[in-house]
Parts: sequence; structure tokens; C-alpha cells
Amino acid sequence: MSRSLQAKIADVFNEPGCDKNAAKGEKERKKGCSKPLTPGAAAGGCAFDGAKIALQPITDVVHLVHGPLACEGNGWDNRHAASSGPMVYRTGFTTDLAEMDIIMGSGEKRLYRAIREAVARHDPPAVFVYATCVPALIGDDIEAVCRHASEKLGVPCIPVNAPGFVGSKNLGNKLAGEALLDHVIGTMEPEFTTPTDINILGEYNLSGELWQVRPLFERLGIRLHACVTGDARYREVASAHRARVNMMVCSTALINIARKMEERYGIPYFEGSFYGIEDTSTALRTTAALLVRRGAPAELIDRTEALIGAEEARAWARIAPYRRSLEGKRVLLYTGGVKSWSIVSALMEIGMEIVSTSTRKSTREDKERIKEIMKTDAHMVDSIPPREMYAKLRNGEADIMLSGGRTQFTALKAKTPWLDINQERHVAYAGYDGMVNLVAELARALDNPVWREVRRPAPWDVPASAAGGSSLAAPVAAAAARA
Amino acid sequence: MAEIVHGRKACATNPLKSSAPLGAALAYLGMEGSVPLLHGSQGCTSFALTLAVRHFKEAIPLQTTAMDEVATILGGAGNLEEAILNLHKRMKPRFIGIASTALVETRGEDYVGELGTILRKNASLRGTSIVYASTPDYAGALEDGWSRAVAAIIDALVEPGGAIGPLSRQVNILPGVHQTTADIEEIVAIVEAFGLSPMVLPDISGSLDGTVPSQYQPTTWGGARPEQVARMGQALHTIAIGEHMRHPAGRLRERTGVPVTLFPTLLGLEAGDRLVSLLMELSGRTAPARLRRQRSQLEDAMLDGHFFFGGRRVAIGSDPDLLYGLAAFFHVMGAEVVAAVASTGNSALLERIPTQRVVIGDLQDLEDAAAAAGAELLVTNSHGRQAAERLHLPHLRVGFPIFDRIGSTHRCTAGYRGTRDLIFEVANIAQAGLHAHGPGDFADVLPGEKEASHACAPVAAG
Ligand code: SF4
Repeated sequence: MSRSLQAKIADVFNEPGCDKNAAKGEKERKKGCSKPLTPGAAAGGCAFDGAKIALQPITDVVHLVHGPLACEGNGWDNRHAASSGPMVYRTGFTTDLAEMDIIMGSGEKRLYRAIREAVARHDPPAVFVYATCVPALIGDDIEAVCRHASEKLGVPCIPVNAPGFVGSKNLGNKLAGEALLDHVIGTMEPEFTTPTDINILGEYNLSGELWQVRPLFERLGIRLHACVTGDARYREVASAHRARVNMMVCSTALINIARKMEERYGIPYFEGSFYGIEDTSTALRTTAALLVRRGAPAELIDRTEALIGAEEARAWARIAPYRRSLEGKRVLLYTGGVKSWSIVSALMEIGMEIVSTSTRKSTREDKERIKEIMKTDAHMVDSIPPREMYAKLRNGEADIMLSGGRTQFTALKAKTPWLDINQERHVAYAGYDGMVNLVAELARALDNPVWREVRRPAPWDVPASAAGGSSLAAPVAAAAARA
Repeated sequence: MAEIVHGRKACATNPLKSSAPLGAALAYLGMEGSVPLLHGSQGCTSFALTLAVRHFKEAIPLQTTAMDEVATILGGAGNLEEAILNLHKRMKPRFIGIASTALVETRGEDYVGELGTILRKNASLRGTSIVYASTPDYAGALEDGWSRAVAAIIDALVEPGGAIGPLSRQVNILPGVHQTTADIEEIVAIVEAFGLSPMVLPDISGSLDGTVPSQYQPTTWGGARPEQVARMGQALHTIAIGEHMRHPAGRLRERTGVPVTLFPTLLGLEAGDRLVSLLMELSGRTAPARLRRQRSQLEDAMLDGHFFFGGRRVAIGSDPDLLYGLAAFFHVMGAEVVAAVASTGNSALLERIPTQRVVIGDLQDLEDAAAAAGAELLVTNSHGRQAAERLHLPHLRVGFPIFDRIGSTHRCTAGYRGTRDLIFEVANIAQAGLHAHGPGDFADVLPGEKEASHACAPVAAG
């Protein structure tokens, strides 16, 4: 690994803004936050995957993956980060290194040519170049190629140095953040600024969720300057340093950006979420308060409270009709990405019962929160092995499971309703509107008569006395008797 | 004879191919009680797994040796051993299929030697069949990985010698990577119709067909059994499907002496006839009434359907053997293959494709060629959806991956019935795009100011 990458990784592992990290001792912290993987029992994506997830939602740039086919070939076009305009980001670009490139060491040349071709064809405002394992192993210097290409072609080429084998998806998120801090943020000026400009960090506009909250800010006269990186344009991210407040959405993923922007540009940040009614309100409230502290007119706070009051009432009114379907139903919540407590509180609010919630990726603070909401920590589990999960569902210990795609079939094969709440989902669950969506989807899943139907025993599994044959036979016999 | 053109781009844009290790993993999934293990970094497995799950809509066992940077530099033997032992302990597989990735191949490891050492060292692994295929991502694609994995299974498991010749009723079937569950079921039914007993390797029709097991199953459930594979030498004959199966079929013949017939494709009337003739010969029986009816139904479908094919301009992009089969099908039905893109140049069939030029390239090449040639139908995997949208073309999804339609593994395009159904599918896409004529369609019946436009008015795309 190049010295600079080594330093970067040590740096992000040492993140003081991360509360998990703050709780560790000096020695533990040095070890970093990636747990050693167990060969034969590992499941997650790589650092490159994480970096791509964090950056690909920038819609108008070319995302070029330097490596053999697998990294991009198997992985492109797999998420639903939505765009309101440019579509270049959905195109899969890769150097698709062949054996000869690797043997001859011509990878860097091929990369430069690839950048040139992509620029010539798409004329993007920037090119993001992703390192992967093989070029990293043979020592391709993507930073040098990017410098050279930026100069020659007059288009900023951003090296994203997060080859898969350096660690987890989460580390990749952070290395992506570092790439933005080093090469993008602060390199352009916005066309204009307002006293209520904010950035949202770590929101990727999956299935259009950004559009569920953007109108709320707009209604308050708050300008969403840059979303990092959902539905973003390069220029917005490059000039994000002029915003007044940063809201950080996906707890620890881009914490380094938030903290370093505070350090460099004096932009205060807070951590919030748009999942759940209460959370959405808190996010709006905190944004307004911070903006006022930074000089926005004080009446913003009153207007925010008024909007919150109205929207909360409207959301609850929209949710009410579903209460009948959901009340008392037992949920198995198994999430990684989104903060489980905000969903926990929302589900409990409508009368559902949480049988388990996983806290694999939660911080200590998150766990405290869950305990507080659920009044016990009995239902918090770290992770559930698939065999146990299947057994739980099969035994009817939960009426529905909410999880990501990986556990989807464990639920479905156990003939249990399931709802996707991870990155591959197609439904938007953010803000007040999103919570109504979630409740509607839950009801739709639970109320579906298909569950009754698929649980019917096969004719050959029915004990003879109860089988269809005998009940049919009875009237025949009766008819015969009558005759 | 088609001219083969190798793209010269440095920047592959919208990849058409899926990786070779993934192809190998799919083959290993056709074994019972199996877990495929990719030897490389965890990310490769994660991407491959996600893609396979999106295609099959099934939980799929797929594991990784989880090479991190340090392991890569120091050598991966330790990780390989740990992974095998862990799998053995946690999942109790009967079969572990290992496929290498670009990472370990670039470092150049002697994993064959390492694997030997690991197996000698660990007596507990005796009851598990463990095979290894070399499938670096930088060489080839899905078909190559699948083919190498099948060859590896044959090398490791089939007992050499042992042909019992004409007394046997067993026929080995070596399907290619693009045979679906439904295709395999259809082939099995056809073979059985002649009183022969098929032995399929790999058999995803048992393991990836969507059955709902009544208990939790960490490995594959269904598929070819190692002990059945061991006895493949007792067969009367081997039927291999797709040029990429020539290599594994050859290995099987060398090992056992069982003769091989290779079918480039099973799509089309002629291919169906060849299969039936072979089975008549092998079994000494004539074709049963059911197959005769099916053939006649296919003829009828060709008659009813040809109206929607004749002169229609089709662009196809896929792995090379599948490309050959599809192009031949469209050609026979009267369509014109105006653009053909193959994911790799690794098939001898490419030059026999009935079109002018076959480009070895990506979906950008397909999109460009389709646009330039005025194609009316795009035939490729789900990744082609963006191109189809931009070109406003109907999109027939074929090959792998198909992630935005369900049931693709239950679509049959093999034999008389499969061909019949594909004709219906294409004809219906064409009909969905038909529009009611208006006077505007006939603006050029007399030469006017404007040059008379293209002789054949394009049918509006749906
Ligand atoms: S682990 Fe390395 S080689 Fe595998 S997908 Fe990630 S970056 Fe690519």
C-alpha cells in the first residue's frame, strides 16, 4: 500500500468525531475499526464498494473504475440513487484490465487513455477514478495519472484511493470522504450564497428520498446547497464549503467530512436522520437553531415549529387508517445501514411490537436510545445467524421482518412477510411522507392474503381424515343413501 | 462468415460481461450440498453474490477467502485453509468449489499445491469433495468460468475408465451457463422420453429452481451429487451444449471414453431435430407421439410468427455462445441481425454467426451499432435497459443477469417447445409496438419535395 494511503487510513481510524472511537482506549483505536475478517464466514462489501456507494450519486461526472472486470462488471447499475437531471453517473466505466496490461505493467497508460476517451465522449465536469485491488497490488499510481490527466485534459480528475482489500465498505465511505476533502470541496465558488444555505452529508437520494425532505427545507426558506452526494452536481459539492450548517445523515459514514469542514471552514454540524416522524422534526429544529445561531433571522425557529406541528399532524392523520392492520403485530427489525432506533420509535408509536432489533452497526449512544424507547434491552441483538433467524420466523415468533436484501430469502422461505429497508429498496421512506409510505407498505405486506395461501399444506401432507377426498366423499355417500 | 472486430477502446463502457469467477460459482451451485468459495478479497464475492441473488431471486451460498492486503502480499494459503475449515464446520457442505480471482492470480500463487497440502493435513475434510478452478477476472467471462469449473469437477470427481457402452441407458448432459432451470427440465424430459436416463452436470434445475425447502439449508439444496458425478463414465453418451462445453466434454471423454456430441445451441427447429435424431439412434426407439406433436406445434408457431420477424432489424449483445444461438434463431425466422456484440472472443462459433460483423465489446458498442444500423429490437441482458431507454427500443432480456424481470430461470428456450415459446415472446413484443396507421405514414407515396424515405417504414418501437 502506498505510504499516503497508509497515512489516510490511520487518519480516518483516528476519527475523533466518531463516538464509537471516542469510547476506545489508545491502543484499540490504533487498530482501527475494521474487524479482521473470517475467511469462509465473511459477508460484506469491500472498501472500493463503499467508496463507490458514497460518490456515485454525483450525477454529472464520470465514475471510472480502474481494474479487471469484476469490480465494475459485476457491480454497476445496482442501486437506485436517483437523479433529477444528468444520467452520466449511471454509465459503467472501467479499464477492464486484461492479462497483458497486468503482465506488461501498462495499466497506468490504459487508465490515462480511458480517462481521455470518457472525457472526449461525455465532456463531464470531473472524472472520479477508483482504485481497485489488482492495480494497487502491482503499484499503479492513480494519483499521478489523475494529476497528469487533470493537467493535460483540463478536467479535474479525482483519485479515489480505496482498493477493496484495505478494508470494509465503511472504511471505503470514509476514504471517499477524504477524496472529496482533498480534491473537491473548496475548489469552486458557488454562484451565490444565502444566510440559510445548508449541506446534507451522507444522503444518497435512494429511490428519491431526498425529494421527500427537500420541500420541507424549501418551505422554510432554507436552501439545500449541496447534498453529499445524493442527486448532486459536481459544482455543488466543490463549493459546499460556503454553506452555513452541515447535517450529517448516515451516522458514521461521512463523519470525517463533517468534522474536517468544521475545522477548515467553521461550519457547525449535527447528526440527524430523516427516518421517523420524531427524527425528521428534530432534524428540522436543529437545522433552524444552528442557522439562527449563525445569523439567520430568529423567526425561522417559529416558522419551523409551525411547519413541524402541521406536518406531524398531517402524517399521523395519514397513518391512522393503517393502525388497525398494524396494531399488536410483531416486528423483527434487522438493519445495518439506517438507525434502527428511529424506526423502532416510529413502529412503536403505531402500536407495533418489536421482538428483536439488531444493533450490529449502532453506536453506544444508539443503543442507549433504543433501550430508552423500548424500556428494556432484552430485545437488542448483535446479529442473528441465518439458521436461527429462519427458525424464529418459521416458528412464528414475528409477523414481519424488516431487513436488507441479504436476508430477504430467509424470511420468504420461512413464508413470512418481509419488507426491504436497505439500499436496494425501491420505495422512499424519508421524512413525514416516507413514514406514511413505510406504514402503508407494512400494512400491504401484512394484509396480503397470499400468506394464508402459501402456508396451506400440500394435499399429500394433509392427514387422511382432514383431506379434501373425505369431505368430497361424504356428500356422495349421503346422496347414495338418499337414493 | 462474420468479420470479428476487437474493440480498441481503453475505457469499457457499460460492461456486457459478468466475471469468470461468477460463472464458476454458478456451475458449483449446480452441485448438491455445495458452497462455492471465491479465492480473493471479500468485495469480489459480495458483488458476485448480490448480482446472482438479483438474477435468481434466491438466497445463494457463496463464500470468500477474505484476502486482505496483508494476506495478499504474504500469500493466501492460510486464508484458503481457514476458509475451507470454517465452511466445513459451519455449513457442513458435501462439496466445496473453489474459484480463483484476479487478485490471487496476479500474485501468482500455487494454490493447487497448497490445496493438496491442506487436504493431506486435515483428515476431517475427507468426506467433502473439494475442487479448484483457475478463473482470473481478467481473462474471459461467464462462459469461460463455468466451463473451467465443470472441467475441474470432472477432473476431480469422475472415476476414470469404466465405460460400459451400449448396455447403459445413462446419457450425460453438460449444459452451458445459459441453460436455465426450465431448459434443463425440458432436456431431461426429452431424453427420458426415449427411455434413457439423463445425468446432468451441473444441475441448477435442482438447486436454483426456487423450491421452498421445509428446513433451513445453508448449502445448495438439490443439484448433481458427487457420487453420481463419479459414475459419469458409465454412460452411453455425453451431450454438451454450447461451444464453451467442448473443453469439459473433452476431459470427460479422455477420462472415460464416453463419446460426445456437442450442440452449439438447442434453440431452433434444426437443433431440436438433431437432438431427437441422436436420441433415436442412442435409444434405438422412435420419437414418441408427444415430441411429434411438439415439433408440429413449433412449425405452426414459425408459420404464425414469421410475419413479425421478416425483415426486422435486430441488435444482439451477449456471451459468445448464446449470441450464436440467438443470431441463428433470428436469422432463420427472417430477421436481420444488424448489430452483434460478444462479451469475449473466446468462441469458435463467432465467425459462423449470420451477420456481417461481430464486435468483441461492451454495451456501449451495442448501443452505438444498434443506433447506426437502425435496429428495431434490442436483445441483451438487463444491463441493456439504459441503452434501450435511450434508443426507445423494445428490449428482449436474455442471458445473465436478468434482474428486472422475475421468472427468468423458468423460461425455456431449448428444444421444440422452448423455441416455440421464444417465437411467441418476440412476436408479441413486435405486436405490442404496432401502431394504427395514419395518413402521415404514407406521406411518401409520391415523390415530393422530400426524398422518399427508407423503403421499409420502421414500426414504432414500444
Ligand atoms: S475486493 Fe478488490 S478486486 Fe474485489 S471487487 Fe473489491 S476492489 Fe475489486
